Amino acid sequence: MKKFLKLFFYIFFLISFSPQVYAAEKVEYLTTDWSFKGLFGKFDRAALQRGYHVYTEVCSSCHSMKYLSYRNLSQKGGPEFTEAEAKAIAASFEVTDGPNSDGDMFTRPGKLSDKFVMPYDNMKAAQAANGGAYPPDMSVLVKARGGGVDYIYSLLQGYEDPPAGVTLDDGVYYNKYMYGNKIKMANQLSDGLIEYSDGTKATVEQMSKDVTTFLMWAAEPHLESRHKMGFKAIVYLIILTVLVYFSMKRIWSRIETKV
Amino acid sequence: MSDHEYTPKSNFGKWFNDRLPLLTLANHLTDYPTPKNLNYWWTFGGILTFCLVTQIVTGLVLAMHYIAHADMAFDSVEHIMRDVNYGWLIRYIHANGASMFFLAVYIHIFRSLFYGSYKAPREIIWIIGIIIYLLMMAAAFMGYVLPWGQMSFWGATVITNLFSAIPLVGEGIVTWLWGGYSVDNPTLTRFFTLHYLIPFLILGLVVLHIWALHVPGNNNPIGIDVKKPSKDTVPFHPYIVIKDAFALLMFMIVFAFFVFYTPNILGHADNYIEANPLVTPAHIVPEWYLLPFYAILRSVPDKLMGVIAMLSAIFILAALPWLDTSKIRSAVFRPLYRQFYWILVADVLILGYVGAMPAEGLYLLIARVATAYYFLHFLVILPILGFKERTLPIPLSITEPVLGGSSNLAAARDDIRLDKLK
Repeated sequence: MKKFLKLFFYIFFLISFSPQVYAAEKVEYLTTDWSFKGLFGKFDRAALQRGYHVYTEVCSSCHSMKYLSYRNLSQKGGPEFTEAEAKAIAASFEVTDGPNSDGDMFTRPGKLSDKFVMPYDNMKAAQAANGGAYPPDMSVLVKARGGGVDYIYSLLQGYEDPPAGVTLDDGVYYNKYMYGNKIKMANQLSDGLIEYSDGTKATVEQMSKDVTTFLMWAAEPHLESRHKMGFKAIVYLIILTVLVYFSMKRIWSRIETKV
Repeated sequence: MSDHEYTPKSNFGKWFNDRLPLLTLANHLTDYPTPKNLNYWWTFGGILTFCLVTQIVTGLVLAMHYIAHADMAFDSVEHIMRDVNYGWLIRYIHANGASMFFLAVYIHIFRSLFYGSYKAPREIIWIIGIIIYLLMMAAAFMGYVLPWGQMSFWGATVITNLFSAIPLVGEGIVTWLWGGYSVDNPTLTRFFTLHYLIPFLILGLVVLHIWALHVPGNNNPIGIDVKKPSKDTVPFHPYIVIKDAFALLMFMIVFAFFVFYTPNILGHADNYIEANPLVTPAHIVPEWYLLPFYAILRSVPDKLMGVIAMLSAIFILAALPWLDTSKIRSAVFRPLYRQFYWILVADVLILGYVGAMPAEGLYLLIARVATAYYFLHFLVILPILGFKERTLPIPLSITEPVLGGSSNLAAARDDIRLDKLK
């Protein structure tokens, strides 16, 4: 039986590791020291604020974030802008509201309760402006791609000249991390493209890292409380398990059978 | 139901119990004589009950916030994740809970296969279990459709399309299931209704499953009949309750790790993309717990035959008590069966693995061999093994596991027969 147990575990490990091996053969994504990974992972506040900066300056002209509201920007566990800052950010956008009592739609400055303003009126308009490709909504983008943050981080830095023999149509670009290598989004990032207010040097790598961190928060706004609660819950369960184990031993000691 | 008469102590208790014998039932459940040699593989029954209750409770809360409409389902799930208090926790428990439920049920089923718990006199328990398992698969599949992501939509399309393989009426049945000419809003609303209904059907069947169990009592690792109550048994409370609690807590630690630290690892990334009928995902794969059956489905070139093979792979289990001809229950005393058992375990794991891979080349070949072996195990190996195998001597009782004699086997068999006569 031991032999077969061994066989069982051998096969089990083979199976559990091979999909990763299989994936690794295809492309090796770039990675970096993500602050939000691990048991106590937290977001880097400054990176989130810089990431929001990159998003508004660069991404938001094409990509919507329809599940986020401006109030989220001052929420705990997020970029934690002050409420005044978040209000100012919201007010810098024009929001269509209405109809008013005359039955007309009107525009007004954004409020904390407003959702992020969409760059296009509808999907067709977005496609028309982008050569037929729809720039995906970024609210849950990190969770919607195999490879997650590493994939997004790599993609932003994965633009290169196409290898010999690969011809690209107009408006199509070569990216070594994109599925099929052809992407309709041009390379958006270049060193010094934007100026960070905290003085951090805006290299392509830095901007990629910051905006990916921001996207991770956008997809998992409660990640920090999840990690915190998870640690407490597991410690609690372990303590309770130990207590129950000794109670069990005590109770079963009345009969000679071992547990 | 009760093995002995029970009279409540208080007058009110007596009055109540004469009218509704709930106290007798409670007394039966606490006193229920359980073989004292049960190992930890027997704790999964309790764990599964916990899983079912968790799914129902979290599911109720989710249903309060979820909107079953093709245009709003995805948005409402994001609303739960972002704005509902602890919505993320409840949804992650529910989503990972499904996986944990299946993990536990597979251990429970394979425990039964190893120790021969499906054999007489426990066939009805086993068959009710298979029905529960089928309903679980239906509930899990429909639940996966509800977030209305890409995998939800295309998974629903692929699975419902299987019915089109039925000759003559197939297409009509598919249209009827969909409530239209494609998977759309009517499909979503009926899936939600059924997803809400099925857990309560399962709950009812679980009651029957336990009721049927309490008639002959638990099987045990030695697989012999146990006189109850006797030196071989312990009362369910506190002995089994505390042991089940300990095992459940260990299980909850694993569960919590998934929920809090890798909540999306068991799901597919494409399900965070809103359903789009115009874009087909590169690979449509079901959740991990359905992969072995998906592999069997795809290993048969003909669609109808594939569907039949997949369904037979499940229904064959219901016939298991009659396919296994051996009189000895536990694999502990069946050296040959033990080996075939582990080969079957490996076979199912291999099927699961190739089910996740594209159905082509070597993967397809492996899937076909593994499918053939799956049926070979149940239809050929098991029936023959019962007649050919030289089993080891089995002990007479749990308290005297080894008598060290020659004619133990025959004596034990007589003992089993005698027990049945009583």
